[in-house]
This record gives sequence, C-alpha cells and structure tokens, in this order.
Amino acid sequence: MTDLPATTDRKLGLVIDLDTCVGCHACVISCKGWNTENYGAPLSDQDPYGADPSGTFLNRVHSYEVQPQDAPAQLIHFPKSCLHCEDAPCVTVCPTGASYKRTEDGIVLVNETDCIGCGLCAWACPYGARELDAAEGVMKKCTLCVDRIYNENLPEEDRTPACVRTCPAGARHFGDLGDPDSAVSQLVADRGGIDLMPEQGTKPVNKYLPPRPKDTWQGEVDVLAPFLEPVAEEPKGFLAWIDKTLEKL
Amino acid sequence: MHPAPSIIAFTTFSGLGLGLLFWLGIDPTAPTGWVAFAFFLIGYLLAVGGLMASALHLGRPERALKAFTQWRSSWLSREAWMAVAALSVMGIYAALLVFLDLQITVLGWLGAVLCLATVFTTSMIYTQLKTVPRWYHWSTPVLFQLYALGGGALLSGRVTTGLVLIGLAALAQAGWWLAGDRRLAASGSTIETATGLGAIGKTRAFEPPHTGSNYLLREMVFVVGRKHGQKLRLIALVLMAVLPAVLLLLPFGHLLAVVALLSHVAGVLLSRWLFFAQAEHVVGLYYGNR
Repeated sequence: MTDLPATTDRKLGLVIDLDTCVGCHACVISCKGWNTENYGAPLSDQDPYGADPSGTFLNRVHSYEVQPQDAPAQLIHFPKSCLHCEDAPCVTVCPTGASYKRTEDGIVLVNETDCIGCGLCAWACPYGARELDAAEGVMKKCTLCVDRIYNENLPEEDRTPACVRTCPAGARHFGDLGDPDSAVSQLVADRGGIDLMPEQGTKPVNKYLPPRPKDTWQGEVDVLAPFLEPVAEEPKGFLAWIDKTLEKL
Repeated sequence: MHPAPSIIAFTTFSGLGLGLLFWLGIDPTAPTGWVAFAFFLIGYLLAVGGLMASALHLGRPERALKAFTQWRSSWLSREAWMAVAALSVMGIYAALLVFLDLQITVLGWLGAVLCLATVFTTSMIYTQLKTVPRWYHWSTPVLFQLYALGGGALLSGRVTTGLVLIGLAALAQAGWWLAGDRRLAASGSTIETATGLGAIGKTRAFEPPHTGSNYLLREMVFVVGRKHGQKLRLIALVLMAVLPAVLLLLPFGHLLAVVALLSHVAGVLLSRWLFFAQAEHVVGLYYGNR
C-alpha cells in the first residue's frame, strides 16, 4: 500500500551547502552517469544533439540572484533533487503502489515495474523532483544512490551518492538526519539548515545550509574620507544649460 | 499544466456521461425499451469513452489495471473503483429497463449516487494537490458536480432543470476563476520560500538549470494558455451557458436543442482546457514564477 510509514528507522538524506556550491554542475553529470547505467531504466535524452535537446535528470542546478537591502547582489547556485520528505505527497497519490517510502532508511523510491506513468506523483511534488522518462514511460527520481550506499563491491569511500562523491567543492553531505549526533545533523544545527517550502507541509529530510553572511564594513572611517566626497553636485556652465534644456523638453 | 487532449476529453465526457446516467437513475418514470437503449448507449459511450481516453495519457497504459490496488490512499485508485461500481450497477439497471421493461428504483438510485461519487473522485484527483493552489479548494469538486449534473440534465432532455444547473455552473465557474487567480499568492509560497533565500533579500531566478526544456516545464509550467485567458473564459461561459439558454428558450425544436447541447459541450471542453492550462504549479517558482 502507498501509505507512508509512521516512522522510519533512519532518515538518510543530503545536506547541501549553498555557501560552498560553485555551480559547476558536476553533481548533475555524475548523477546522470551513475543512474543511467545502474538502478532502473536508463535516463533517456530526446534529440540530444539536435536543435531542441531535452532529457531526464534526477538532479538539476538552478542559479538565483539575491538582492539584499543595502549590499551588492549575490549569485547563489542551487542544486535541487528529491528531498525524501517524511510526509511525501508523491507517495500517497500513487494509484499502483509503485511509489513508496522505505521504512528502514526513509528513501523514497519508484518500483518501475509497477509504474503506469500517470504523472500524478510529479504533480504532487512541490519541488519538481520527479521526471517522467519520455522513452521508458515511467517516473524517475533520485534514489539517493541506493545501489551505491549499501554496495559492498565498492570501496568504502565510494559508498555515498554519486553527487556527493563527485562534488569538488565539498558542498554536498550525506548521512542520517534522524540521528541528532550524526555529522550531517550537527552541520545542520551549526549552520541553521532550512527546509524548502515548509508551508507545503512535506517535512523534507534534505536540508539546505543558507549562505553565510557576507562581510560588511564596520571599522572606523578614515578622517580624510569626507574630502573624497564628490564636490560638483550641481552642474554648472555648459552642462547646466544642457541639463535645463533637456528638462524642458 | 500541459492541457493533454486525453485528460480534457476524459474529465469532460466522463462527467457528461455520468451526469446523464445519474438523471436516468433517479427518474421515477425512466424510459424503457429502445428509448432507454438510446439514452443509456449515449451515457455509456460518453462515460466509458472518457475513461478510456484517460488511459491514453499514461506512459505505460498496458499496466493500467494496477491502478485498482491503492484505493486506501489514492484518489486515482478510488476513481477507478467508483467508475467500475457505477457502470456495473447502472448496467444492470439499464439492462432490466431495456429488455424487461422492469424498473428497480433502488438500483437506479444506488447507481445514481455511485455516478456522482465517481465524478467526485475525479475532481479529488486535482483538488488534493496542494502544489496547485488554484485547484486545492472545496469549490473544485462543487464545480465538477455542477458541470456533470447540468450537462447530464440537458442530455436527458430536462430543459428547465438543465438551464438552472448550467446557470449555477456558469456562476460557480466565474467565481472559481476570480478566486483562483488570487490563490497562488495567498498560498504563501514564493520564490523566497522555495529557495529559502528570502532571509538575505529579494530573490530572482538568474539562470535556469538547462538551456532546453524539460518534463517539468512542459507538463507543469504551461504558459501558452495564459495569454488570452480572460477572452477564452468569456467565450467558454457564452458557449457553455449563455448560448444554450438562448437556444432552449426559443420555441422548442430538436435541431436547436442539438445545437444548444453541442455549444454546451464545446464550452465545457474550453473551460476544462483552461482548468489545466491555467493551473499554476508551485514548481514554477523555481523557474522564476513562469
């Protein structure tokens, strides 16, 4: 049944550091690379070398410009994938039971042999974390690399999601967010990690670390600084005439 | 939402067909014999045809039967069950009327209730989505019921009842549009809550994650329908309610009645197209509120 488990033993998820992400899209590529070759149907592309390329991705990096009140604008790169919500609305809407949340670790997965491709789960997700594969006709989503994290054929350092393993900036962290003593939980507590769209009531497991405050000028201003103020506030002579003439037009 | 023709046809025609079957079910003097056969045939063609059309938008239609399994949690699954229950009960009721001239009132009423329940489950598939604030409101099921009841009454030849109901549907539709236009803003979801960056300042989508399109943009951030939205809304109301009312209030003629019916169906199709085309999904906020 596509009921959600009341609790999960662990809450595996990602912590994404918006202060550190440089927007290189390496996580996007490594995710696509691993997940097109391993668990489930490949992530297909349509017209990849043509005029109108598009394809299935489980992880995408947006970029946002934020304009503080009295400071220069900031550019923030923003990776987004499934947040493995505790109250995942994508699970309960599924008519076939293909969409489910695991009791042991909280990972939200799609059983692709049961998926009819109705798309309702993608509609129920506020984050755009699910994409219907145009070639396979089934719903694809982040598996938290379930085929890596428990894979004893891989060296131990590789038993993390592909996006985390590949991130050159160290902006992505993987762990158990249900354990308050885990490294990721500590990181969230230290940095004030936040939920995306908390008003949707989905209780995401993945957390985002907001950018650290930028430096601001708080020291003493040099006594000579006032002399550097612009002196000619009002134009004079020829410029004043142009100014007046243009005003009249 | 991308207004897929299969979904528009599904909600419109299954609503009309189930509405017609509802009126046949509660009719104290239901038609019998060939007349009953014709009425039920139209009802079943519309209802079954609509439900079949819904399978066309599936990525894997061959697995459609699996949709019956999750009735405990999924409205889509409940709809599948309700549709089968309604069409089965009404099928028995219809067969007795057509072949034996026998009317079992209780069976008709049971079928009628199941027909409305099916329309309700259809509307709940959309109403349950908190991600589309325009749909996430009790008025959405009311609207679907009024459309089904009004269209069904017209189809079953109940002119006065039909006109009253499509008048109510038109009023409800206009109110639903006006209130719906404010619902995304009222939901509290903004690009700032979506990104969590609001604490720093005003946020703007600077660069999308990809140069081309993707499933999300095609499916949920459909913007073409918004350009002429207001004009299309007026046209839908005229076709759905005003024109049928004028035609049916003229001296009665079967030809005028057929034109009135076709006009009503065209209006419902257009309003359903707008229902999907103007749905504003919160995922659009990640793409700069497109």
